[in-house]
Amino acid sequence: MEAAAAEPGNLAGVRHIILVLSGKGGVGKSTISTELALALRHAGKKVGILDVDLCGPSIPRMLRAQGRAVHQCDSGWVPVFVDQEQSISLMSVGFLLESPDEAVVWRGPKKNALIKQFVSDVAWGQLDYLVVDTPPGTSDEHMATVEALRPYSPLGALVVTTPQVVSVGDVRRELTFCRKTGLQVVGVVENMSGFVCPHCAECTNVFSRGGGEELARLAGVPFLGSVPLDPELTRSLEEGRDFIRDFPNSPAFPALSSIAQKVLSQAPARLS
Amino acid sequence: MEEVPQGCPGTGSAQAGRGASCQGCPNQRLCASGAGAAPDPAIEEIKEKMKTVKHKILVLSGKGGVGKSTFSAHLAHGLAEDENTQVHQSGSGWSPVFVEDNLGVMSVGFLLSSPDDAVIWRGPKKNGMIKQFLRDVDWGEVDYLIVDTPPGTSDEHLSAVQYLSAAHIDGAVIITTPQEVSLQDVRKEINFCHKVKLPVIGVVENMSVFICPQCKKESQIFPPTTGGAEVMCQDLKIPLLGKVPLDPHIGKSCDKGQSFLTDAPDSPATLAYRSIIKRIQEFCGHHPPKEEHLIGS
Repeated sequence: MEAAAAEPGNLAGVRHIILVLSGKGGVGKSTISTELALALRHAGKKVGILDVDLCGPSIPRMLRAQGRAVHQCDSGWVPVFVDQEQSISLMSVGFLLESPDEAVVWRGPKKNALIKQFVSDVAWGQLDYLVVDTPPGTSDEHMATVEALRPYSPLGALVVTTPQVVSVGDVRRELTFCRKTGLQVVGVVENMSGFVCPHCAECTNVFSRGGGEELARLAGVPFLGSVPLDPELTRSLEEGRDFIRDFPNSPAFPALSSIAQKVLSQAPARLS
Repeated sequence: MEEVPQGCPGTGSAQAGRGASCQGCPNQRLCASGAGAAPDPAIEEIKEKMKTVKHKILVLSGKGGVGKSTFSAHLAHGLAEDENTQVHQSGSGWSPVFVEDNLGVMSVGFLLSSPDDAVIWRGPKKNGMIKQFLRDVDWGEVDYLIVDTPPGTSDEHLSAVQYLSAAHIDGAVIITTPQEVSLQDVRKEINFCHKVKLPVIGVVENMSVFICPQCKKESQIFPPTTGGAEVMCQDLKIPLLGKVPLDPHIGKSCDKGQSFLTDAPDSPATLAYRSIIKRIQEFCGHHPPKEEHLIGS
């Protein structure tokens, strides 16, 4: 894939774009997207999050930004800043709904049109990283997102799975999607990898074990780490807290930090 | 039809072919002529095909990974345990794959030649496949047809409801997990059901509590920070069919392709499943289909 010349427009100031994908639903794409953004922010980076899950936009709540309004500027939509320091900005269809229970019941073409707008008409400004959270599957949203982002040379894809066969079975197909669309796989993350009982410290493999690492090995892509189940992590996301700042002693923290480190050490900046 | 103008009003809308954004669309003339708004003949064909299917249940959730497929499979296993529940033969059309004498399955998974094959299709192609599954599969005489769906509220869901619109769907079972991040998507799904006039049989809260196999104490891995399905069901006045605890054996049984209900008959999760299945059967029994007659009934 030849290097694209720096494109003018709203993504011109974005140094790296990383997609978070999974074939499977409910494995923790939005969780990993949010935690990655928070970890990158703690490493001093300016981060944007683009939530292209139009049917189930989870990110606003995870960053305590529900109900915020989206404003217009000369270059288009202004993304919502989720913190006072303005180090994390977010765009999601969640901000465009009249009520949080409103369902986006759209067929493919209409979803594609909105995604194209999210990519070209949001004034992201200068960002070190744009993290793109996707819905499960390999369909309209994914094709539209990859096509719209292609001129901006995305860094690649983080692929999330849970350990069990039923998840790995779907995620294999997602890896095929990455291959077919020329998206480099930065690595595989295995989420929900074991639960340590708070009463007796016994670790149970609630969703089986080992699938993520095996998948990465078979597909010849890096394995970025296993994130265990931690109800504190779930609770932080429900309440829009900064888990990376508040729970450095959580069993999930080392894996999440390590994933962020690996993303940080990837390809040099597209723009100088 | 891959290239659709931005702001396409939809082929079924009153503005089809007439809106400003229709200018230059290759289908403009077709839509303006009203052909796009005519009902799809497949709907009547599917109605005929479905006359031998007594009950049709959709398993939905707004949210991914809550256990729709797990629940669908075990609902099917549970119903099939009653030997009087029948799925006979297959004479013409596509045959479902029989996993037990009285339990048949159709899935796009059977049509893929490798476990790595990805179905990278846009909406219209997915809709076509769903139409075929409903019209061209010869289910024969079936007591229950369970339709497992992907997460969301999009093409697949619209198509399933649209193509079954003349065939009477008994209702939808909605699956959620306890935390708000799931519930917020599930409320959207319930709204979708109301919009398309799909009766909601009730909600199942999956992955409710985790019982440690070592010390047997309960933990909440997915805490119900806003009251879980119970509060949501109260708010929306929808039945809560039951709560299924997280049992690591469920995942293992699914991975092996076995019924958890037979693998672990005494698990609290199995008991929960059985109670929920009973409630679904009661619902279907109390709300018989409105057609005058069913072949074979």
